[in-house]
Amino acid sequence: MEFVAISLLNGITYGLLLFMLSSGLTLIFSMMGILNFAHASFYMLGAYFAYQISTWVGFWPGLLVAPLLVGAVGALIERYGLRRAHRFGHVAELLFTFGLAFVVEELVHLIWGKSSVDYKIPVELDGALFTLFGTDFPIYKGFMMLVSVGMLVALYALLTRTRIGLIIQAALTKPDMVEALGHNVPRIFMLVFGGGTALAGLAGVIGGNAFITEPGMAAAVGSIVFVIVVVGGLGSLGGAFIASLLIGCIQTFSVALSISITDVFALVGITLPDGSQVARLTITQLAPVLPYLLMVAILIFRPRGLMGSRES
Amino acid sequence: MNPALLSRGRLAVWGGCLALAFALPLVLKSGFVISLLCQIGIMVVFSLSYNMLLGQTGLLSFGHAVYYGLGAFATMHLLNAIGKGGGPLTTALLPFAGGLAGLAAGVLLGYVTTRKAGTTFAMITLGIGEMVAACSLMFPAVFGGEGGVSGNRVVGKETVLGFSWGPQVEMYGLIVLWAFACTVAMFALTQTPLGRIANAVRDNPERAEFVGYDTERVRFLMVILSGFFAGIAGGLSALNYEIVTAETLNAHTSGVVLLIAFVGGIGFFYGPIIGAILVTVMQIVIGGMTHAWLLYFGLFFLFMVLVAPGGIASLIAVQRALWQAGLFRRMLPHYLAVALPVLVLLAGLVGLIELGYALLSGDAGVGAGDTATKVLGMQLHLNAPGPWLTALAVTGIGLMLTRWIGGRLGVAWNATLATLHGDKQ
Repeated sequence: MEFVAISLLNGITYGLLLFMLSSGLTLIFSMMGILNFAHASFYMLGAYFAYQISTWVGFWPGLLVAPLLVGAVGALIERYGLRRAHRFGHVAELLFTFGLAFVVEELVHLIWGKSSVDYKIPVELDGALFTLFGTDFPIYKGFMMLVSVGMLVALYALLTRTRIGLIIQAALTKPDMVEALGHNVPRIFMLVFGGGTALAGLAGVIGGNAFITEPGMAAAVGSIVFVIVVVGGLGSLGGAFIASLLIGCIQTFSVALSISITDVFALVGITLPDGSQVARLTITQLAPVLPYLLMVAILIFRPRGLMGSRES
Repeated sequence: MNPALLSRGRLAVWGGCLALAFALPLVLKSGFVISLLCQIGIMVVFSLSYNMLLGQTGLLSFGHAVYYGLGAFATMHLLNAIGKGGGPLTTALLPFAGGLAGLAAGVLLGYVTTRKAGTTFAMITLGIGEMVAACSLMFPAVFGGEGGVSGNRVVGKETVLGFSWGPQVEMYGLIVLWAFACTVAMFALTQTPLGRIANAVRDNPERAEFVGYDTERVRFLMVILSGFFAGIAGGLSALNYEIVTAETLNAHTSGVVLLIAFVGGIGFFYGPIIGAILVTVMQIVIGGMTHAWLLYFGLFFLFMVLVAPGGIASLIAVQRALWQAGLFRRMLPHYLAVALPVLVLLAGLVGLIELGYALLSGDAGVGAGDTATKVLGMQLHLNAPGPWLTALAVTGIGLMLTRWIGGRLGVAWNATLATLHGDKQ
């Protein structure tokens, strides 16, 4: 019970963070039809910018400034890079973002070095929020939840309740018509790209100090975010939300479970032959593979993803 | 079959390439050059196999290293298994076993990945690649954990025709033979009905389906065959380096082969060959000079995506067309004119990046935060504004000049192309 409650809380925190990444990715995908391979790189940039700002003026200004900076960088890249690559088709765009991820990682190596940087949780948020079954739940995790949920509510309100949100939604499906009505669709694209990358940057700001800020963080998170987008269904925000929480929980639960595959089969009454290496693997060891196994299973049994509306 | 397939000119090109490959180590005798050539030979096979997917079938794969790596591991385990019982002949044939392993992996993984084309395929291959890479660290008995699996390619005492494959030169000969055979086979494949239909599936899948072809099946077959050749490349690498680590099947290797094929040119059969030669040589030469090599390579790749998405092969093809139409002479002065500002711009950029590296991450011999470094024998003070301002100014001037002269090049280029296409019509 204790284990389930704590893991569930951790899983939801991590899942919400993942959703901040995957929501931006999904928005960009459904609008421009491209998968931003460099999305996790913006997450990393957010963490590094926030670290740099926190060494100068502290954590709180960084929380606001770093995502904006990342968003500005994203918008500039869309304007001067992606838009150019767009003329050569989707593959060129995909390759452009792929190369961008490569360059961003090298630039981070160049500027901040190859090892991790000491990006700390602010003192005000250090400590326990409440104690559950004798285990402390840190304030910072609560803060992460608060920021993520607040961000999501704001995003939802922006998309459904404001004029610009309506135009964005219209541009998702009927860009030509929106352009005919006199809106500057390329600029909306730039805005969405900047907004999506700013979300990724915000995730980096609050995730970088909760986990670790190092040059490998983009690659570590990047492929998980892609799994989420596939599992949830390409272009579906709701699907991305469910898949994020699902993967977040799977990862936290599986890391904490040290029973082996033999034990799992024993629970349902099957005794595996002893001694093989596969049978002795524990769930913890399997943890890195589980999201991908889930993805493969989804692709075989429900190729359009959990909530995907169309098969692409 | 197309009668022009075995035309005299084509045979001469193939024969010339083979003769050149065998003649090179006779001229360049240094061990460094020969191991560089070995590396090129392996990458040629690997990147050509990658282009069977990206260039010929339109499948952007981010997990191609899986087939390469599995082929390498299979070869290495077989090599260790035959151990003392085997001989040089079996060693020489081992890459075929690597190919079979790649083929088996292609059957297994391709079944899942090829259900979709386009972006979905790209993402699935990324996920599958990550999955296999993560699995490889879970089974240290098979994949050797962090240290990898190593072996010795010299097995037994007897030799075949006097070769034991021990010396690097003999290994190079083996690689050339395999690479040549694979290249011929892959080229022949492009001429078969399957190769043609793969092109159709790339260009217009809907229409290919209307004609009655199962696009999923075509993609599946191409992934299997491409896995086979990637496995052979992996087998060659296992024999060449005598060690295989889990790194051979991770995302980085997949990324590198994609970059190589794209930079070379995915629209032409010989594009990836150019890419493999260029990138391997650059990696060794520039990588030996600066720690920022990967950054330069990434920027070069972005530049190619934005300016010449057809790769180097397409640039060559256009120049050839201009030459044949007698228009090359019209463009030559513009090329020469643009070379100078581009060089200035490059010098400025390289200066900035190198200064940054020296100051921030600590180059070899210069600790991070050191205030002075030596560049080309010049003593530079990194804390003083002088070198930075110079580099910035050079970059700025180069940028302005490039925009100005490059614009004129663009105008001339479009005019020449219009003439070229006009002449054709």
